[in-house]
Amino acid sequence: MTPSRRTALKVLAGGGCAAAAAAAPALAREPKVAPPGAMGMLYDTTRCIGCKACVFACQQANGLEPERDPSGLHLAPVDLGARTKNVIKLYKDGPRMSYVKAQCMHCVDPACASACMLHSLQKDPKTGVVHYDPSYCVGCRYCQMACPFGVTKFEFDKAAPKIVKCELCRHRVKGEAKKDARGFTRYASGEGPACCEVCPREAVVYGTREELIAEAARRIEENPGRYFENRAYGLTEAGGTQVLYLSHLPFGLIGLPDLGGRGVPHVAYSIQEGIYRGFVAPVALYGALAVAMWRNRRGAAPPAGGEGVPS
Amino acid sequence: MSSHAVVHTPVGGELMTPFFRKLLFFVALGAAAVLWRFAFGIGAVSNLNDGYPWGIWIAFDVVTGTALGCGGYAVALLVYVLNKGEYHPLVRPAVLTSLLGYGLAVLAVTIDLGRYWDLWKVPVFFWRWSGSPQLEVALCVAAYVTVLLVELSPAAFEKWKDGAHAGLRRLSEAGLRFMDKALVWILALGMLLPTMHQSSLGTMMLLAGPRLHPLWFTPWLPFLFLVNCIVMGYAVVVLEASWSAREFGRPREDAMLAKLSNVAFYVAAFWLAFRALEVVVAGDLSLVASPIGVVFLVELALAALPVWWLSNDARRADAAYQVRSALMLVLAGTVYRINTYWIAFNPGPQWSYFPAVPELLITFGIVALEIALYLWAVRTFPILAGGEAGAVARG
Repeated sequence: MTPSRRTALKVLAGGGCAAAAAAAPALAREPKVAPPGAMGMLYDTTRCIGCKACVFACQQANGLEPERDPSGLHLAPVDLGARTKNVIKLYKDGPRMSYVKAQCMHCVDPACASACMLHSLQKDPKTGVVHYDPSYCVGCRYCQMACPFGVTKFEFDKAAPKIVKCELCRHRVKGEAKKDARGFTRYASGEGPACCEVCPREAVVYGTREELIAEAARRIEENPGRYFENRAYGLTEAGGTQVLYLSHLPFGLIGLPDLGGRGVPHVAYSIQEGIYRGFVAPVALYGALAVAMWRNRRGAAPPAGGEGVPS
Repeated sequence: MSSHAVVHTPVGGELMTPFFRKLLFFVALGAAAVLWRFAFGIGAVSNLNDGYPWGIWIAFDVVTGTALGCGGYAVALLVYVLNKGEYHPLVRPAVLTSLLGYGLAVLAVTIDLGRYWDLWKVPVFFWRWSGSPQLEVALCVAAYVTVLLVELSPAAFEKWKDGAHAGLRRLSEAGLRFMDKALVWILALGMLLPTMHQSSLGTMMLLAGPRLHPLWFTPWLPFLFLVNCIVMGYAVVVLEASWSAREFGRPREDAMLAKLSNVAFYVAAFWLAFRALEVVVAGDLSLVASPIGVVFLVELALAALPVWWLSNDARRADAAYQVRSALMLVLAGTVYRINTYWIAFNPGPQWSYFPAVPELLITFGIVALEIALYLWAVRTFPILAGGEAGAVARG
């Protein structure tokens, strides 16, 4: 090995170590916690009768063009889509059946917002609602790649498309939420999530995440053996969600994936924030590269020759 | 790059060859599809959907296209950092392929972005920057295209400095003086940026976490992508040098390409061993016994074959095997990247994706444009090494 190569490798190794040292502390990324006023929903499969009042209410409240069947007479969305922010689906296998509501889960550590370059999708610091501002959206659809629930949708059929997702009807809110007689923090009538307001069976209710966790516990206690694993989905899944589910069937059957207890962004952000913290590592590497090349040029001129920098 | 020892000369000759006309035909087809896309939306020309929001434009044009554009990075690493000056003649054409690979990846992104008119906000609204690995890729790629333009600028300056236009002459002289002074700082940037964004291209798919198959999902994804782009970079340089030597009747640097193939061999063998061992260490080996496991094995086999070929001294010295191995390494890297961004990504059984015809036409058009621009550039500017300066040139 020529001396200059040895120097180059030494310098690079030094730079690499500095980069690694700068990166190491951040590799332990703190788990996110829901803000104290985090608003959410609790959906209960055992109460849902599949009336789809919530689907229609959502369409109306959000001014979405209804998705109809070929006859044009039925409001018939089969899944979440660019014109459907909330949908009721059906699981049926012999005698085992369940309706399933789908909408944004409003994750405590949302993957979509972590994917978004300019915080076009971001989590409200007060309510924790994951909301969308199209003015900073470039339409890259990375949020769609990242969302483990397949919630974020995109207007593929438009020349000026937007991302479409449930924003917990934040556009309807005018005043502050207040605690009601039953202990739920709610907005004035007509300002809360439309799906919850129209549900005739309290199959979906809203309030703060804390209140909903308590409500889920109450329902589980009052109905021993009714709910799968006697627990609500969303307490810990993917780092926690603000929309919680109680189900009489295994969560996997009704489309709620087993995501583990860590937020989806955990691995990517640990690495990304680790490498780029304070921009120390890239600067160290840049310096190491420049020094290595400068020494190469100044020292033994490369066989190609004639490149020596006057020093 | 401003080396005076290596003589670069324009190839000259007739640009409008039948082959060039064919390229322009595909460019025109692609352009028509692009117009359609801008008028009627992404859904009108592609099969992209809410399950597979990213398709061939991202997986091939951007994620693979930039890796194919890593020749400049990989060779500069050898020449300037490891001080292997003998590869110097390969640098300038490699930087040209890099500029084309990256430049056209940027074009592909613009076509793919639903709201492309807001793209300018990404570098400008820095107070809104998130920690998204894609932001890192976006900023870094934009910066790198600029750096590549600067790195390649001596090719234009050398042409213009003897030209008829007085202003261009003065600009060229000043430009060449600047390049000589600032070379190290520019080159260092030209090496830092690909290190950053090529690894970030791996980090990006970590956010797809639960829906990316465990045989592909690993915290080592950024490292695998980085090493993979270096392998592809060397392979592309071997292909580019072989093809241009044949196409323009310049002597092929067999010995140099044999040595470069040797470098490619070591990096590719390392990548292959790391990729396989990582799966074993992560305890995912049992997952290989499945349909997607077969895809994984094919991906490894595609890389293993050229590594095996290049492990032999005689084959490495054989121009045919150099080209064959380079082609296979490029294919293996392409498959690895497409698998990570498409095949191993599973949004659920209700979704499927295969590119539509106009979608493919756009990709073909971009590839054709890349080759056409390469031909134009090497015929017009002093890019390729060797040749009788002034004789064939400006013919």
